[in-house]
Amino acid sequence: MSRQATGTAFVALLRRDFLLAYRRRAELLQPLVFLLVVVTLFPLGVGPSPALLANIAPGVIWIAALLATVLSLDSLFRSDFEDGTLEQMVLSGQSLALIALARTVAHWLVAGLPIVLLSPLLAMWMNLPDEGLLILIESLAIGTPVLSLIGAIGGALTVSLKRGGQLLSLLVFPLYVPLLILATSAVSAAVVDLPYTGQLGLMTAGLIASLTLAPFATAAALKLSLS
Amino acid sequence: MNPIYLFFHKTGSPPWFYKYSGKLIPWLWALFLALTIYGLYLGLFVAPADYQQGESVRIMYLHVPTAWMSMMIYGLMAIMGFIALVWRIRIMEVLVISSAPIGAAFTIIALITGSLWGRPTWGTYWVWDARLTSELVLLFLYFGVIALYNAFDEPRKAARAASLMSIVGAINLPIIYFSVEWWNTLHQGSSMGSDGPGIHPSMLLPLLLMATATKFYYGANLLTRARLCLLKQDHRKRWVQDLLSKESN
Amino acid sequence: MENADLSNKPHMLAVSNLSFERYFDRVFEPVSFELNAGSLLLITGSNGCGKTTLLRLLAGLLEPSEGKIHKDEQPLYAGHFPAIKDDLSVQENILFWMKFMGTRKAGQMTGLCEQVIEEIGLTPVALQEGRTLSAGQRKRCSLARLLFCDESLWLLDEPYSNLDPQGIAMLDRILKTHLNAGGACIMTTHGSLRPEGFDLQECHMISGRERYAGAAA
Repeated sequence: MSRQATGTAFVALLRRDFLLAYRRRAELLQPLVFLLVVVTLFPLGVGPSPALLANIAPGVIWIAALLATVLSLDSLFRSDFEDGTLEQMVLSGQSLALIALARTVAHWLVAGLPIVLLSPLLAMWMNLPDEGLLILIESLAIGTPVLSLIGAIGGALTVSLKRGGQLLSLLVFPLYVPLLILATSAVSAAVVDLPYTGQLGLMTAGLIASLTLAPFATAAALKLSLS
Repeated sequence: MNPIYLFFHKTGSPPWFYKYSGKLIPWLWALFLALTIYGLYLGLFVAPADYQQGESVRIMYLHVPTAWMSMMIYGLMAIMGFIALVWRIRIMEVLVISSAPIGAAFTIIALITGSLWGRPTWGTYWVWDARLTSELVLLFLYFGVIALYNAFDEPRKAARAASLMSIVGAINLPIIYFSVEWWNTLHQGSSMGSDGPGIHPSMLLPLLLMATATKFYYGANLLTRARLCLLKQDHRKRWVQDLLSKESN
Repeated sequence: MENADLSNKPHMLAVSNLSFERYFDRVFEPVSFELNAGSLLLITGSNGCGKTTLLRLLAGLLEPSEGKIHKDEQPLYAGHFPAIKDDLSVQENILFWMKFMGTRKAGQMTGLCEQVIEEIGLTPVALQEGRTLSAGQRKRCSLARLLFCDESLWLLDEPYSNLDPQGIAMLDRILKTHLNAGGACIMTTHGSLRPEGFDLQECHMISGRERYAGAAA
């Protein structure tokens, strides 16, 4: 019985995901527009005072990133689940954890990375001091993959539910709390010239831990959803 | 056959579980009541008031044990959930699902008592201190598991999903707890005064009594819910029919 | 019948007292059968009696509630859902699966892909997006995996549904080749569409509800 080499299958899956993302590129913009809109609401809601905005900037930008990511997570596995692709992948004999990781990587590249790239714009809107910008980008670069990895578990658990999207938010937000705390404190610390490498270090440790553990939980959740 | 395997096989059998848990429950309630009465008596009347907080510190005897239970139950759910997932034991699934509302209730009580404790101490009903914030996040974790369970149609699939979510949540729980603790020190929040210069022994005893009492409450409540759940699940099976016909005779 | 120890028998697939529970009730009454190389097993039964559930159990997507399955190797499963992406063309879809699942057939991937598309009769629509395909064309596309995957055991869920007469003839052709080469196949049908001209075993399934109805009668 033939079984494709893992690397080839992984690459084939990634390429397919990019092709699909490209064909549906209009849909991909929605969470990003949402990100921009949410951040815009804050000055409108709390007043445009530069000092106030600068104070809450790290939190606002990160919370907006969380919301935008959760918005894009529901569709992570849904399409493949509904048209039978996921079943075939499970039965293919390939490691389901690796398949989950491939999907998560593709998700981050089309949904998380744009957030990182948009962050300078958001920093400008929220009047974040220049000292904080680099750390903001770093924190998002390390943190958004973790958001995708942990979010994939929630996405996999809710994929067989008709209105899984709302439940997904409830499931993953508590899990995002440590990341939010560490990231915002790193940026705030950088702004006032306090040490921030500890926070970034912990976030990196979290990234490595999620990379190694989350795909397995996602795989278990996928198998469960298919049963 | 291996006697250990036989033991697990037996306890995994619903009729066996139903019968023996039924015998255990009255004892658990009795112990709970006894310990609670004695513990509350010591805590409310015998133990000294705090030199700083006065009489209001007595809420601690309810707040701290329920907070401990809220975390312990989530941990237990994760362990039982793991067993349920790996070995597909239905009793374990039932126990996980039955624990969730109890854990959520303990969390809510911890939050309410914490809030009431805060009123005389800080002047407001809510403050984002480390323990209260962690308890709140824990409550959302409980709600998540319960909501996930209710979202599925098929009960066993629902229970397995809830089990997986409990495991994921439990692994994250220490991380959440420490990060909130750290966040709190960062922003110089207030904290629950009684972890001050060590607890006076006369305060420790009622605290431990209440802590033990809550465990018996959990046990009694859990087994009662689990029995009911099993009856509902197996209502068409022979052992339930026999049970019902025996009781009506 | 006791759960027999099936591992030392020479069958490709053997099933003993197999059943599955949903909502704490059996979906179907326990079934037992054995399948040898070169055989075609037809699973029959009324709508909703659990044929798809049985196939998913045999494929490994579900864990049995009772009974045992013994199989030599992982079967190929072609279920209700065709596993076709709407946004990709027929060729892109098939090419992806060929790359993902791998094939032992010699030759360059794109050339093989074209051959497969030709054999299932979809060459005219090879470059069209999945969403433009008719139900019958989707079915043909989902059967493409029979041509490039190497598994010996096939599990086909109502494979004839939506196929036109040429499609049915195509499937019969592919099936005959497979069985003659020593493969085996289990297929479900709910009634009128049955494979013609094959020497087949049959297994009739009874749903849990039918059993209750029978017992009450």
